[in-house]
Amino acid sequence: MHGPAAKLDADKAAAKKSKLGVILFLCYTLVYIGFVFIGLMDPELLELHVIGKQNLAIVYGFGLIILAIVMGFIYNAVCSRYEDNMNNK
Amino acid sequence: MIYNVSPGAIIIFMTFVAAVLGLSFYFARKTKSASGYYAAGGNIHWGVNGIAFAGDYLSAASFLGICGMIAFSGYDGFLYSIGYLAGWVVALFLVAEPLKRLGKYTFTDALDARFNSKSIKLTASFSTLIVSVFYLIPQMVGAGDLVVPLLGLPHYVGVLIVGSIVIFIVATAGMTSTTYVQFIKGALLIIFSTILTGYILTNGLNLNPGGDYHKFITVGAVFEDNKLTGVDDPEYKLENVYAIDANHTFVSLQKEGITRFFKLSSDSTTLNEMLSVSTASDGTKLYNGEPKSAGKFYQVGHLTKIEVDGVEVDKTGPLGPFEFLSTLENAELIRFSRAEIKEAQATVWYQTPTSGKEMINPGLLLKVSSKAGATFWTKLNFVSLMLALFLGTSALPHILIRYYTVASQRAARKSTIVAIAAIGFFYILTLYMGLGASFNGVIDLESSNMSGPLLAKYFGVGLFSIISAIAFATVLGTVAGLIVASSGAIAHDFMDNYLGMKMDDRRKVKAGKYAAFGVGIFAIALGILFKGMNVSFLVGLAFAVAASANLPSILFLLFWEKTTAKGISWSIMTGIASSVFIILLSPSMFERYGLDKAAAPIPLDNPGIISIPLAALVLVIVSLLSQKDNHSKVENYHND
Repeated sequence: MHGPAAKLDADKAAAKKSKLGVILFLCYTLVYIGFVFIGLMDPELLELHVIGKQNLAIVYGFGLIILAIVMGFIYNAVCSRYEDNMNNK
Repeated sequence: MIYNVSPGAIIIFMTFVAAVLGLSFYFARKTKSASGYYAAGGNIHWGVNGIAFAGDYLSAASFLGICGMIAFSGYDGFLYSIGYLAGWVVALFLVAEPLKRLGKYTFTDALDARFNSKSIKLTASFSTLIVSVFYLIPQMVGAGDLVVPLLGLPHYVGVLIVGSIVIFIVATAGMTSTTYVQFIKGALLIIFSTILTGYILTNGLNLNPGGDYHKFITVGAVFEDNKLTGVDDPEYKLENVYAIDANHTFVSLQKEGITRFFKLSSDSTTLNEMLSVSTASDGTKLYNGEPKSAGKFYQVGHLTKIEVDGVEVDKTGPLGPFEFLSTLENAELIRFSRAEIKEAQATVWYQTPTSGKEMINPGLLLKVSSKAGATFWTKLNFVSLMLALFLGTSALPHILIRYYTVASQRAARKSTIVAIAAIGFFYILTLYMGLGASFNGVIDLESSNMSGPLLAKYFGVGLFSIISAIAFATVLGTVAGLIVASSGAIAHDFMDNYLGMKMDDRRKVKAGKYAAFGVGIFAIALGILFKGMNVSFLVGLAFAVAASANLPSILFLLFWEKTTAKGISWSIMTGIASSVFIILLSPSMFERYGLDKAAAPIPLDNPGIISIPLAALVLVIVSLLSQKDNHSKVENYHND
């Protein structure tokens, strides 16, 4: 039986972080499914210009990439706060 | 394609390889323990690890494959960028931290942490090997593609060079070395891709790709009694007419003893020159009717119309990133579509006028619109690909092992976020690099994979040399990571844990190095075998196999208390068997076997939509049937 390579302290914030992770995952998945759904059911919709002269395909595609980055930063900030508050008590 | 080899390119390339080897030597002296070999001692800084993640992930598939796919098929290639990045969301939110807590060296350790099960050790190590091999194939193919224009060597020599160097790197240093190589390479790839994108935007759109761009010949078609009998240019003599179908009539014309192929236009008035690779009666391969050395197989891709504010122009000058996309949407360009003329033993590429609107919307490669002839299977293929890309990242063993190279869960999380930011930025650049390659006359029709590096060459040999060297180092680093994962599966999971060979640290590292050698040789053979396929497509398959074999097990282990060891083992084997089975019977593989694509029994190129749910279902059923086994579960891990 093996333990982790680097010794880890008990993490009291694990459950809260896990719950937050699942919520953010579900939010992102919904947005991702929306993109696939449009591509599948009404691909012509992706040709529509939505912001400036950019079509929905570009805006949604870039949006999915940027959303992942933004959500990543939010997740890290909230998780770090959980860890600081709960593990230092 | 014949390329002019530049001494500068060779010097830069050699310098890179020497630097990579030097780094390996340096870390080799420091790597004595198993923990150092497989997990870099668990002490890599999260920032370095994050960029190394990006270096691992931005493999040949991302730079070579995606750029090539976008250059050939527009936005559909960018779908890979979107899916590859979205996969990191699963990794960050669901997998990164719990897995860090579960594992020691390998993915198998993590899966087995609660059970101490022989069947998990066996199946998970087997899965690691299979997925790594699937992922290795495109890397080796990409390596071979790179050395052709860079060093003027044949494809197989490139595969051999990469294989040999990587075996050497892995056999000397292990994870510490690959981490730093990936860090440097990942950072350089992003920096130079940004520079290349800057060149593309500064250059804007231009009807004339360059001074030596081939001017395609057009001759008038002459009909008698509704039959094509000749051409209006007396210098050309009609040889043969090949009526493939209603939309594809090809002809061969001879001029000065050289045979070239043309396509009859849709209004049957003109014949437009195609590019061809044919086999002469004596077995010689001819490129556009002449030996390869004549250099008549041209690089292609050009614009035919540019419109700015409703006015047609020859060139636009510098454009902003969004202006570039909106201007391209109103432009028209020539892509080249491939066809076979069996009677003439020729592969031809004919000019296909394409609107900019088609280029920046899905549909040129993956048929999703009913107007473009989408069927149930083509739509299912689209969903299957997007599913596999979304779920595949968190299931790649060589990515998973990187969680063990940092000291804490917080560091694992931060690494992942650095990786997402770096990779996301790079993937946005892929759209510009791919589209830039599509119309600047740089496309090598025999290898979509070279579009990115050849675009760099269009802007200067120096940029080309650096970018090619980075791409080569990309392949080196990724292959090294994959071989470390594979050798860990064989030496650590299988020999030490499953067979119970009880090796000490020194012997474990030695066994890993022998395993690395074996996997490396195997990878070289596969790289040569799969020459010519788009590396991103191949990586898409690796993602599907990984997502099918590993992800249900990882997620159920982390989130479903009733998961049993038998459930995990059966799920892994079901995922591997079903995904590999579907791939082997897919249209793309039938084409590879030299058979008719339409004869493939499963009309699906990506297996994820069937194999991922199937593996999850098997896990649930077997776990429910084997609940009595759970009392022996070793509870050494609690998430809460």
